[in-house]
Amino acid sequence: MTNMIATRDAYGEALKELGGINKDIVVLDADLSGSTKTGVFKKAYPERFINVGIAEQNLVATAAGLATAGKIPFASTFAVFASGRAFEIIRNSVCYPKLNVKIAATHAGLFVGEDGATHQALEDLSIMRSLPNMVVLNPADAIEAKQCIYKAAEHNGPVYIRLGRSKVPVIFDENYKFEIGKGIELREGKDITLIATGTMVKKAIDAAEELDKEGISVRVINISTIKPIDEDIIIKAAKETKGIVTVEEHSIIGGLGSAVAEVLVENRPTFMERIGTIDTFGESGDGNFLLEKYGLNVKNIIEKAKNILTK
Amino acid sequence: MDKYKDLEIIAKNMRINIINMLKEAKSGHPGGSLSACEILAALYFKEMKIDPKNPDWVDRDRFVLSKGHAAPVLYAALAEKGYFPKEELMELRKVDSMLQGHPDMKGTPGVDMTTGSLGQGLAAANGMALAGKMDKKDYRVYTLIGDGESQEGIIWEAAMLASHYQLDNITVFLDHNGLQIDGTNLEVMNIEPIDEKFKSFGWHVIKIDGHSFEEIFKALDEAKNIKGKPSIIVAKTIKGKGVSFMEDQVGWHGKAPTEEEALKAIDELGGGIND
Repeated sequence: MTNMIATRDAYGEALKELGGINKDIVVLDADLSGSTKTGVFKKAYPERFINVGIAEQNLVATAAGLATAGKIPFASTFAVFASGRAFEIIRNSVCYPKLNVKIAATHAGLFVGEDGATHQALEDLSIMRSLPNMVVLNPADAIEAKQCIYKAAEHNGPVYIRLGRSKVPVIFDENYKFEIGKGIELREGKDITLIATGTMVKKAIDAAEELDKEGISVRVINISTIKPIDEDIIIKAAKETKGIVTVEEHSIIGGLGSAVAEVLVENRPTFMERIGTIDTFGESGDGNFLLEKYGLNVKNIIEKAKNILTK
Repeated sequence: MDKYKDLEIIAKNMRINIINMLKEAKSGHPGGSLSACEILAALYFKEMKIDPKNPDWVDRDRFVLSKGHAAPVLYAALAEKGYFPKEELMELRKVDSMLQGHPDMKGTPGVDMTTGSLGQGLAAANGMALAGKMDKKDYRVYTLIGDGESQEGIIWEAAMLASHYQLDNITVFLDHNGLQIDGTNLEVMNIEPIDEKFKSFGWHVIKIDGHSFEEIFKALDEAKNIKGKPSIIVAKTIKGKGVSFMEDQVGWHGKAPTEEEALKAIDELGGGIND
């Protein structure tokens, strides 16, 4: 039985641990501390927790001020509000002065489920990736999420961390070492490469196993640092396999698919298919059903991989 | 009256430098810079605990120019105070200059917060004040906001926060010159009664003449003695103050003076720089 943990839960736990180690860690939330799991930190260190109320712009700008005074603020809200409503504050008051603010955004992607399109961020990676000085992280499971939080705290400068609402399978073990800017090959393969990020990594592994049964050798790469992206691992895959399928719980515009395509087009053009949402908003419904409906599933990954292999 | 003679000379020098640097830059915002000269002179030359030789001193008082387009008045104060040579002022808005069109904390010694996008500075100043409270430091945070700027939603988010967290270590100046780019506040978007608005948000409000050092210092002292709530000093000012043809003129919000206009302005301000 696979262990299932939401990355937001790993975030709350990591914050609490970090809070004990580093007194400069402060946490801000905009009335969602129960959902984003910053409430776990609040309970342990109430004097270092600031609820700004339902005011996401203020959330980020206040964090920026705290950072100027040597604090390491983690500011949390849902990904839609962090990357959307607070965008220009992140741009002008955090990224431009390169302040040490961490934006930990939860409830990203279709997997949010029943709350529907208004709450399903499918463009946050794209928006955050476009900002100079910003590091963009999208962990695949709870183990990686926790390490992302630790590395974000160590990194001096703005970091956006994308976290999910729902429980997802744990794929890494405790020996796993995450490094900002490094992709990781989860499975060797010589015919085709699947490059996945976040919640889609497990589905890519499952698809690879299915294809393996048909005699197709599939490489699987986890890209958890969307920016700065690991160019070497992508170019190597392009050289050593016939093509690349990217898989993300995000729009195919501007996210992982775009980032990989940018690397390939300038270094090693190759066959490519992008799986993600296709220029559309989500809708209400069970998260797993939504992933199926929008083609974020094993079947579609297999199909796209075969498309490339028949070229 | 002579009590503030030194500060009056400093304010005059700042005005002359503002005119000169804008003339050189051929763009920028004279109106809202000239209206705040006494406020910044009072803060940088008497009120604030700062050290130009150690601009990042952790225990210093902070100043955030939330109305970032008035960068020239901040640069004039910083140069006058010795954070950098006055010659730098003539590089304002030019390529590779440390003096950007709007304040850049990473490029300019003495600038405590990058600003320019209105409203964000007040919220960032709150962050600094919160950090001071957490660390039990006694530094104070000062910020200058504009009246047009008070139309930004984030100003009121920040106003709520400062009051909720009882930030009595922050003092805000409102440069209330009554004008913004498209006209008077009244025509564009009425902000009145601005004092009542802040009062209802839980602030201590003090109304003064923003060109009177006497009143500025009286208000600063009053603000320091108010405990448990933030203070705002609503300073009635004249946009373009000190230059007759710029005073109270909407057209001088964001326009640089020509060579000829600059000469006339400096002549009105009383000629050369006094050191």
